[in-house]
Amino acid sequence: MDMRLNLPGLPDFSFKNPILTASGTFGYGVEFAPYGDLTTLGGIVVKGLSLAPRAGNPMPRIAETPCGMLNAVGLQNSGVESFITEKLPKLPWRELPVIANIYACDPGEFAELTGVLAREQGIAAIEVNISCPNVKEGGILFGQDARQAARVTEAVKRMAGDKPVIIKLSPNVTDITTIAKAVEDAGADMLSCINTLSGMGVDIRTRKPLLANVIGGLSGPAIKPVALRCVWQVSRAVNIPVIGIGGIASAEDVLEFMLVGAHAVQVGTANFLRPDFSFRLVQEFEQLLQKMNITDLEEFRGSLKA
Amino acid sequence: MTNEQCTTLKVLDNVPFGQIAGEHLFFALRLERPTWKSWQPGQFVMVRPSGWALDMLWARPFSICRVSNRDLVLFFQAVGRGTRRMASLKSGDEVLVWGPLGNSFEMEPDTPTLLLAGGIGIAPFVGYVHTHPRPWNLHMEFGHRMPLNCYPYESINEKIMGDAHHEQKPEDLAAFIDCMDKRIEEFAGQNGLVLACGPTPFLRTVQQLSQKHNARCQLSLETRMACGVGACLGCVTKVSDDMQVNGVAAGRAQVCNHGPVFWAHQVNLSED
Repeated sequence: MDMRLNLPGLPDFSFKNPILTASGTFGYGVEFAPYGDLTTLGGIVVKGLSLAPRAGNPMPRIAETPCGMLNAVGLQNSGVESFITEKLPKLPWRELPVIANIYACDPGEFAELTGVLAREQGIAAIEVNISCPNVKEGGILFGQDARQAARVTEAVKRMAGDKPVIIKLSPNVTDITTIAKAVEDAGADMLSCINTLSGMGVDIRTRKPLLANVIGGLSGPAIKPVALRCVWQVSRAVNIPVIGIGGIASAEDVLEFMLVGAHAVQVGTANFLRPDFSFRLVQEFEQLLQKMNITDLEEFRGSLKA
Repeated sequence: MTNEQCTTLKVLDNVPFGQIAGEHLFFALRLERPTWKSWQPGQFVMVRPSGWALDMLWARPFSICRVSNRDLVLFFQAVGRGTRRMASLKSGDEVLVWGPLGNSFEMEPDTPTLLLAGGIGIAPFVGYVHTHPRPWNLHMEFGHRMPLNCYPYESINEKIMGDAHHEQKPEDLAAFIDCMDKRIEEFAGQNGLVLACGPTPFLRTVQQLSQKHNARCQLSLETRMACGVGACLGCVTKVSDDMQVNGVAAGRAQVCNHGPVFWAHQVNLSED
């Protein structure tokens, strides 16, 4: 069946199905190519890119928690130029949207990074990480302050040309809709929500934190109720498409996010359940739609009776 | 969707090794043989029992101990939440396996090769010894804290010359290090190869000794992993400048897909 969704305000941009992979959990895409056909996915959001290579945080930087995981990788990446020359050519970008997730320390650097990526034919859209809890410089501060979030959005939009700009929202705020509306007003084309929740884990035997960074980002099924709540609130507050992220681990979860208003979803931590997870999810989602006799996703989307 | 690199396998049996205080902590997990075309000693697989729900998300990485025409054997110690639960796997249970992953140990058939194993680090050497075309060129020094019958040492000792060193008190550790020092010097003098696998403090010692004697030495690193395929960046190790190629970002390389085997001079095992 046709699982394509129209995206309001973006007549020239669509996902052929609503299942994308989330940044930081799918590498640069090429790592998962042996386990499935990348072109069957709705889109790939690649590992967060910065202007210069980043070493990230010290080890240990991941820890397993009940129904979730903590990470404080700290945006390790080989830099935008390395991505463009070495990774992007290996991705089937003509056949599915490859979305570049970006991180920078100030609005000027965000703009510079966007300018580099805007020239690349293989990049379909730019997702802006204003909400990473694991880096000291800037990081989550942009995502917790409406004015700062708007400044970054404006800076990126100025340089993005015709590439849609997606702002990735943090749940670590008092009112997520305030930030959502601020970045919508600043020109964001889409929103993705949510990034990880701030959390920590400790070991009573060693009396040490589980992460060298002490605090990290919690992801996985443990955060799904928070993510659903955020998508529900944000999708009612804005008029631009919302991509739901947070603990999606089944086809039913995808429908739950669409029910509360998401146009698409990104699968994150579940990619670690098995490396072919997202590929299988696309198939399972189609089977679920048939089983539930859902033929019009647009009609289903946001139809929560509340 | 079927993919020979990610497949569900049946447990043939889960054989306990030795006992500590009346409890089994070490197991040889024997699985159906995967349909892989090839594998190399030193590579590993990710294993996630099908019975695990979402309370534990990650698969667990295990060195490939042995592959025969009939089975895939993994050796593990029930030490954490996941491996403790894996200890209860029974014949007929199903596990998801992806791999073989990572690189492998050098194998130079005519070169005198010293295998240094620390505890559970003996696992990949079972496969190494059993696939080596000239095992008479191999020698093993095995340091262990639990009783010897907890480990698959017999399987190695019947093929090659080896010595086991049971660490029960601090002097035993000093004697083992002294032994490794002499052995590494001896093999370095023959332009031999030194291969090591075990916990990080053990590898750090081997690294220092190999540098002292200018020995050609490879280390197989053990670390926590979530994906096993290079995506999560949770298993990085600090690497020296000459590794800063091939997509390695700013001095840190993923153990899963740049290793798990590294030349000793390439990695920096000092704590962050």
